[in-house]
Parts: sequence; structure tokens; C-alpha cells
Amino acid sequence: MTQRFSTLPRPLVGSLALIALALILALDLARSGMPDLFTAPAPVALGSGEAPSGAHCSGG
Amino acid sequence: MLLRRLSILILLLGLTGFVFVMAGARAGFLVMIGLGFGLVLEGLRFGFAGPWRMIVTDRDGRGLIAQFIAIALVAALAFPLLAANPQELSGAHAPVGLAMILGAFVFGAAMQLVMGCGSGTLVNAGSGNLVGLLALFGFIAGSFAGSLHLGWWTGLGSLPVISFQGLFGAQAGLVVTLAGLAALIAVAALRAAPGKRMPPARLWWAAALIAALALANLVVAGQPWGIVYGLGLWGAKLAQAGGADLAGNAFWAASGNAERLAESILTDVTSLTSIGLLVGAFAVMRWRASPGDPAQPLRAGSYLAVIAAGLVLGYSARMAFGCNVGAFFSGISTGSLHGWVWLVAAFAGSTLGIRLRPLVLRAAPTSTQVSA
Repeated sequence: MTQRFSTLPRPLVGSLALIALALILALDLARSGMPDLFTAPAPVALGSGEAPSGAHCSGG
Repeated sequence: MLLRRLSILILLLGLTGFVFVMAGARAGFLVMIGLGFGLVLEGLRFGFAGPWRMIVTDRDGRGLIAQFIAIALVAALAFPLLAANPQELSGAHAPVGLAMILGAFVFGAAMQLVMGCGSGTLVNAGSGNLVGLLALFGFIAGSFAGSLHLGWWTGLGSLPVISFQGLFGAQAGLVVTLAGLAALIAVAALRAAPGKRMPPARLWWAAALIAALALANLVVAGQPWGIVYGLGLWGAKLAQAGGADLAGNAFWAASGNAERLAESILTDVTSLTSIGLLVGAFAVMRWRASPGDPAQPLRAGSYLAVIAAGLVLGYSARMAFGCNVGAFFSGISTGSLHGWVWLVAAFAGSTLGIRLRPLVLRAAPTSTQVSA
């Protein structure tokens, strides 16, 4: 049983990863709503005059 | 095969177009950068955890040296960019502290158990490795749990944020960083066996492309490439959906984090590149004529250990202010002292993880062994 489970072909496991990602995204969009394009940041931060969001791994 | 490859192109274009339309041009560019990371990491087999293991077990320094070259390439341009645009661009600067060092050590050990680091876990999951997929679920839960306790951990004691720019100035800081990386390359070359020192062309290309993508990430997002924050955010979103109230938590109540929590993950830069990375790795795996063999079957207990190790991986990365990407790669390349300390602590943990690995990851018995 364990062995059958663990020899799942790579395309199937990769597809499961994409499905999990799609579910997280769908749940997020359902709860948070669509992003507001009118408040979207400039296409590129450099030269925009805007400060970065600060939401980074190195932040506390 | 043609139909399959056509469907992959449609997937990549569809994802990019969807994000452009839903969240704007910056989000679209960032998901494209993430796709690039996934294509390069999986397509050119550029990794972090593997080379850290190979230099110890096989005295093979080629992958490790390629990592240092990529970081040096980023630093060479990131330092002047950060110095010239302090309002728009920021480095991956974080404080060195007791919990940060402990977190990096534990992360190093755990990444050898799950056979992947922050980026490696996403690449492994996307490319169809079951261990990677299970570790990713643990990583998401762990990085969220770590965010809940980060204030307590940092309260154990930490220095102020120290950067090489602050210590030496932008130009001299870059020189010190490049000299440090050159010294590490020399150490890796001395440790490596003859014939296992010079990276092959594949790794030179990968290092250059990863550096270019990391710089693009900095220019477009205004901050360096990261992984852990986004995965912790996904965990927080799932916890909220399950009824958790995060308003009282210091980390998630902080203004920037609360904003990310309230808005879609399509507005979070690290989430966007991580989405692209995972899909990019999937695309490479499906593009190949053969997707490769499934990961080696493990005993059921080992799969539970992988999930637990993934959880520890995420939690410790949060304690350490980043994983191999946010702390090591982006920290060092943008001048943060914590990136260097992370490297030392995580490498020590990695050597422990290499020893623990055969004890924790045990192959499933073959059918012959079962019948015997």
C-alpha cells in the first residue's frame, strides 16, 4: 500500500501541487476579493517613487 | 508530445495573462520572474540543498561555487542600485540574534531531511516529487506557525540590523562582500576533489540567469527575492478561512502584514514569484520527453517524518528571517550581516541533517523483501 502510494508518477504529483495551489488561490480570491487595479502599484518599483511593501522574509 | 508542449505553453501564458489582468502589470512581471526561476532551477538543475550535501559527502564543490558566483553577480549590481535608490529599493536586511542563529541551524538540518530548501521544496513539488509536495504542506504550516511566535523568539536577544553598507559604505561594502564570496569559493575549491571544482557550463548559465532574475525581482518589486513570507501568508490565509482570528497577533497586526492579509495573495510579491516558481518547475517536468522516475518509495513513517521536517523547515526559516533564498542568497547579495551568519549556522545544521537523513528517510521494502 505504502509503495503504491509512493510510486505515484511525477506528472500526477506535479498536477496535485498545481491543484493545491489553485485551491489556495481560489479560496483567497473568494475571501479577499479581486485586487483593486486602480490602487495597483507602478509596473516597476525602480523609478516609481514608491516605497517597497516591506512584506519580506527579513521583516519582523 | 507536441500537444503536451502546446498545453504547457498555454498554461504559462494563461497564468501570466490571468495575473496581469487580475492584479496589474507589476504582479504580471513578478509571476513571469517566478516562472523564470522555476524554469532555470528545474531545467538547469541548479539547487541549494544538494550542493551543500555534495561538498560534504562527495567533495564536489561545483554546485556550491556556482551559488557563490550567482550571489556575487547579484551583489555587484544590487549594491549600487540600493545606494542610488534608497526610497524605492530595499535590501534583505535583518538582525542577527540567538533565535535567528538557532533557526538557521535547524533549517540547515531540516533541508537535508526533506531534500530541498525554500526554493527547492517548491521546485520539487512542482516537478512531481512526492517528498517535495508533502514537505511543502508542512512548510506552509510551519512558516505560519513561526510567524505567530516570532516576537517571542526575537525577544531572546538580538543585535540591531547590521549591513555592510552601514559598516563600510556602499562601495567598500560591496568590495568586502565580493572578497568574502571569493574566499568562500577558494575554501570550496580547496575542499573539493580534483575535477569537481570548476562548475560545468550548465551551472554557469544557471548562475547568470538566476542572478539576472534576482536583480529583475529587486528592480520590479523594490525588494529582493524571498520565499518564506509568501508561504507563511498562505498559511495565515488558510488559518483565517478555518476561523482563526489573527488581529491580536503582533506579527499579523503590523501594518504591512495586516495589509497583505486583507488583500489577495496576488498583491504579495513573494507569493507571486513562488507561484511562478512552482508552475515553472512543473512546466519543465512536463516539457521533457520523459518526466523522470518517481521519487524513491519510503516507509509510511518516513513520509510522516517528511511532513514534520517540512513544518520545522518553515518554522525555523521564519525564526531565521528567511531561508536559503531570503536570508542566504538575498541577504548576502544586498549586504546584510545576517545572511553571512545564516550561512555559517545553516551549513553546520546541514552537516547534522546529512547524518540524520538515512535514519529518518528509510526506503520502503521491495516486494521481494515483503514476501520474504
